[in-house]
Amino acid sequence: MAKDPVCGMEVEPQSAYAIREQLGQTFYFCSQDCVEIFDGNHHQNGHLSRRNQRWSTELRDKITDLESVPVVSKRVSTSTRVELAVIGLQRSGGPALEQAIAGIPGVSKAVVNTKESRVFIEYDPDSANVSDLLEAVRGAGFTPGIQNLRLRVKGLYCAECVQRIENALQAVPGVLNASMNAATNEVRVEYSPSVGDMGLLIEAIEAVGPYQATHAFESSEPELDTEAQATEKEYRNLMRKWWFAAAVGIPTMILSYPWIFPILRDWFPRGSDSLRYMWYAMGIASFAVLIYSGGQFFVGMWEGLKHRSANMHTLIAIGTGTAWIYSTIALLFPGLFPSEEFTDVYYDVTVVVTALVVLGLAMELKAKGRTSEAIKKLIGLQAKTARVFRAGKELSIPVEEVLVNDIVIVRPGEKVPVDGEVVEGQSAVDESMITGESLPVSKKLGDEVIGATINKTGSFRFRATKVGKDTALASIIRLVQDAQGSKVPIQRIVDRVSGYFTPAVMILSIMGFIVWYDFGPSPSLAYALIVAVTTLIIACPCALGMATPMSLTTGIGLGAQHGILIRSGDALQTAERLNAIILDKTGTITHGKPSLTDVVLVPGQLETVLITLAASVEKLSEHPLALAIVEAAQMRGLMLRESREFEAIPGHGVSAIVEGLRVLIGNLKLMRREGIDLNGLEDTSRRLADDGKTPMFIAIEGELAGVIAVADTLKDDSKDAISTLQEMGLEVVMMTGDNERTANAIARQVGIDRVLAEVLPQDKAFNVQKLQLEGKKVAMVGDGINDAPALAQADVGMAIGTGTDVAIEASDITLIKGSLLGVVTAIQISRATVKNVYQNLFGAFIYNTAGLPIALGVLYPFLGILLSPLLAALAMSFSSVTVISNANRLRSWKPTQLMPTSNEMEAIK
Amino acid sequence: MTPDKVVVTLIGLGLITFIIWYFWLVKHPGVKAKVGTGGYQEALILVKGGYTPDIIIVDHGKPVRLNFLRMESASCSDTVMFPDFNKSSKLPEGETISIELKPEQPGEYDFQCQMGMFRGKLVVE
Repeated sequence: MAKDPVCGMEVEPQSAYAIREQLGQTFYFCSQDCVEIFDGNHHQNGHLSRRNQRWSTELRDKITDLESVPVVSKRVSTSTRVELAVIGLQRSGGPALEQAIAGIPGVSKAVVNTKESRVFIEYDPDSANVSDLLEAVRGAGFTPGIQNLRLRVKGLYCAECVQRIENALQAVPGVLNASMNAATNEVRVEYSPSVGDMGLLIEAIEAVGPYQATHAFESSEPELDTEAQATEKEYRNLMRKWWFAAAVGIPTMILSYPWIFPILRDWFPRGSDSLRYMWYAMGIASFAVLIYSGGQFFVGMWEGLKHRSANMHTLIAIGTGTAWIYSTIALLFPGLFPSEEFTDVYYDVTVVVTALVVLGLAMELKAKGRTSEAIKKLIGLQAKTARVFRAGKELSIPVEEVLVNDIVIVRPGEKVPVDGEVVEGQSAVDESMITGESLPVSKKLGDEVIGATINKTGSFRFRATKVGKDTALASIIRLVQDAQGSKVPIQRIVDRVSGYFTPAVMILSIMGFIVWYDFGPSPSLAYALIVAVTTLIIACPCALGMATPMSLTTGIGLGAQHGILIRSGDALQTAERLNAIILDKTGTITHGKPSLTDVVLVPGQLETVLITLAASVEKLSEHPLALAIVEAAQMRGLMLRESREFEAIPGHGVSAIVEGLRVLIGNLKLMRREGIDLNGLEDTSRRLADDGKTPMFIAIEGELAGVIAVADTLKDDSKDAISTLQEMGLEVVMMTGDNERTANAIARQVGIDRVLAEVLPQDKAFNVQKLQLEGKKVAMVGDGINDAPALAQADVGMAIGTGTDVAIEASDITLIKGSLLGVVTAIQISRATVKNVYQNLFGAFIYNTAGLPIALGVLYPFLGILLSPLLAALAMSFSSVTVISNANRLRSWKPTQLMPTSNEMEAIK
Repeated sequence: MTPDKVVVTLIGLGLITFIIWYFWLVKHPGVKAKVGTGGYQEALILVKGGYTPDIIIVDHGKPVRLNFLRMESASCSDTVMFPDFNKSSKLPEGETISIELKPEQPGEYDFQCQMGMFRGKLVVE
């Protein structure tokens, strides 16, 4: 066998479409397209040095050779070739895609290689560009593999640099878009992964000016860093403001009431000049606090007013501003006031309120950071480098540069960088960070590995299947972020309220002022002022606004940590109120594929011999039941023998000769037909069938040797999960397409009473609806493939995912780990989160409804209580911090330990 | 009632009327998104003390790209959320972040920062 150097297909030298001799080597081609590409390549290129290299590498070489200054300068050749990675490409889709691309003006050729999920395109860059090509790929129903890369560029000296660098990058074939952020000196490049080579991009940048480009940290991790840095910067900023305000605030507090302190009383007697001078000094100092520490409130107020919106900033700014302006007027123009008792100053209110609110904001920032810790952890899981095998060499490259189909090498203790399929070696992999499964999972040839999991024991190689934005981890992060941005339905009501809240507080404050001025005790102006300011300050729209988002962020993050992806706040709230849960049988309660469960031997036979012979016969069969027997033999470490004269007898079974022995495997009909004495095993067979298993008789040389049974077995924890769900007060219903007997057998084993059997796939959604018509909130749990309509019909659709396919469209909740216990945890998390939301909302509501009347002085006529603005500021800061802290409390939530079920208890006894 | 009380009462009521009128009664028109390259209806939204513009009018059934540019460091505005579309995005300071949506149904869709201090509306016609 030879390899087609273009598409990588195996070609028989005799039957090759074409043969080319080059540099002493012979190349064989599978088709006209490939040989044309090769010829075209050589025509321009003149050499081909390495054999057995992937075309992508050659193509890169070609591009580099052809255009050693690959940028800005007009391309020498009129046609360019690119290779685009396409996701979801199947053999059948090839012609359609080729046609779609060939239809673009300027494209002279399009060749699809389904095996490598690539399309090779030759086009005229003057009349078509890469984005047209990608658009065509999208138009044909495929997803082009696009990746992002960030490069840090040094040496920018002019305003045009940005444009120049962007143009240079966009001229590189395969680059779709480049945009530079002059502020961060980073350029973000979108490219098709098979074409965009980082070296090429860097070259392109450096060729157009005295720039130095390096690979900037890509994707999530560093974004996180910058975000963390931004938060840290903002926090330090707020703390500086707080210290300044506090430094001014403490002396201001003391000096505002000099008559309380013995010594000060003598220094600053009422009405004295020294007191006035001190007030001047305080006025200036507090003005500085307003400007420096409280500046953001005034800016926020102004920006808000421009949008005709009022917010917390408006309230604080008006409150502190009013206190300062009143004090200053009283100080400068005491003559305006009827008596001297009005001319007190309230600089302490200005300073202390500003200080406390700023401190509250800083604490809020700290606490807020923790609510999104879960997602930060997820982002931090991403591996940074990958060891790939390219061109016969092992290279360590940044994980962003790993391409689909790269062979990646993973050593013990290393992180699996991207998603893929094991092609060599075996190991145990810790997948707990993604699936929540605590035990390491063994991986062998053909198994799926998930990026960001940690390899424990052995080394292995795998073929990358999903990279960049398509990996399971990236999908999880995206899902979680989107869900965290969604709303719990109750929040919509809160939003409507809070839209009116701030102006309403302002109105209340004015009304308070009027009432106290008109009817209050003397000095009425002072009382009115205090009441108005206190009212403005105590109101906390933030606590209301933050109540649900904070809990939601924490709750959804919490789910992700347990391998449960909750799509939206809607799903979360509905999951909390479920009455019934429908479980699909196959793949949900059971493993979804048959395995060997029973071996009943005729006396004198050995189990290993029987299984060896059976598996040796069955390995030639394609039946799923046969596979179960072969797997059982492999599990037991049995060596399979050569078998010949294999014959499948439709409706009966199979026969073959193994080691000279004629082996028959099949049902009762086969045994009867061959006239084999059943030796009393008929009953055994019937019993097995009653248990929902498929029994098979095995006869050796015309003598019955035993019965083996194959069945779709229960997942280990299905039973526990179901009994826990029942304890949680949910009605558990099983739905299956199987016949009643098998269905009931399984239902008995797991303790389900209500079974919907023989449900055709297209009727599943209808059956969900029937249950809903009983007035129940119904959750449907399925594998998300056959059950999509039923999942969509249910109030909450839960998909049990396995492995890397986490973005199951039809589901509201995806359980990454294929265990039903995930359903229990999902419901528990929903309940905990929704409870937390209600606590927060209740707290915020009570706080505001109690705080506002007290601030307005409702208690004064009865109890003589009037709140000081300082206390109001303290309460306000405290309330928003409380809300966030309560949301943070969710982080320490642990799934409830499952109690052993009653059956198990009996078994223990 | 002394004259000063009358004056204070009148001024106060005036202010209340003003607040009601200013915040609730005045409806200001939105900004129609421009159709840019690739058929996207695009709008640039400045995030500073609020969203400018805060009402964006688009046509239904066509993709929308809203480019947010955040020019402040207050932590409130660091996330923009589109709850009706289950979308949210962090807005790093000084960077233009695009959010792409495809509103199929006409209606009004709110967007806001995480705490709801800043609000805007996507009006789909």
